[in-house]
Amino acid sequence: MEGNISEMGQFIGAGLACMGMGGAGIGVGHVAGNFLAGALRNPAAAGEQTATLFIGIAFAEALGIFSFLVALLLMFAV
Amino acid sequence: MADPAHGGSGLNIHPMDQFMVKPLFGGTEVHWYTPTNATLWMALTVAAITLLMVAGARGRALVPSRAQSMAEVTYGFARKMVEDVAGREGLKYFPYIFTVFLFILFANLLALIPTSFSPTSHIAVTAVLALAVFISVTAIGFYKHGLHFLKLFWVSSAPTLALRIILAVIELISYFVRPLSHSLRLMGNLMAGHAVLKVFAGFAGALGVGAFIPIFAITAIYGLELLVAVIQAYVFAILTVVYLNDALHPGH
Repeated sequence: MEGNISEMGQFIGAGLACMGMGGAGIGVGHVAGNFLAGALRNPAAAGEQTATLFIGIAFAEALGIFSFLVALLLMFAV
Repeated sequence: MADPAHGGSGLNIHPMDQFMVKPLFGGTEVHWYTPTNATLWMALTVAAITLLMVAGARGRALVPSRAQSMAEVTYGFARKMVEDVAGREGLKYFPYIFTVFLFILFANLLALIPTSFSPTSHIAVTAVLALAVFISVTAIGFYKHGLHFLKLFWVSSAPTLALRIILAVIELISYFVRPLSHSLRLMGNLMAGHAVLKVFAGFAGALGVGAFIPIFAITAIYGLELLVAVIQAYVFAILTVVYLNDALHPGH
């Protein structure tokens, strides 16, 4: 056993920050799942909405990326 | 950094080493004029784009060759995207959006070559791209509409004044977070993907005969990364168009 308590805090914090990625996963799945549900009901209108789908996925995913960034900052910058 | 000298025992995995910027011609110091591996791979990106778009489309054949056909499909795809989201007025800005799209697409794809370097996994590169979009879009909005551009933050369809003020604050914050999320999304996706590949490669090195399991995993993740590379270029470009559309047609 070596290392100090602040290093332990960094690692624990980085691990906790990774939980945010689960939220992003839920969000992206929600967007894509609802798109699929809508597309199966009205396939004719689905093609035009793929751009909207990707914008929605990108916005949901950005917050997961933020938590990844917090983890990176804790590991390498603090 | 918690472990600067890579000391200690255990698995010999350093997933972040691949992102180091190194000078091309020896030495360790990096000045602003030093040619580095980032310079090299950005130059290769530009060279690949030139090869496809200029040399590939040079024939101008009625029945296109394979290279010309690829160039035409890419062009048509990006042009349709701009026209769908921002309307015909947006087509004036199509050359810049297409340039950014191609640069990110080719940088992402070239970064998937083993032992290569990915410029788009660096916040310095993506932040410059995103800030250029943010500043120019804001300038275009004020140039085209003057102070009416501020209507973007004023949701006039909201029922009460108090709600409009709260929404204006939220809209203002979300407007200024745009360059941050725009750049971090690209950088985070690319960096995370490459780090995952490297971690699995480290498992393969440690497992000996059992290495075929991580090698299968790497193959699958590589396919996923190919998808991510294209989608992230598309997302960056389409968000640029969405922001541009806000500047061209503000107000709710």
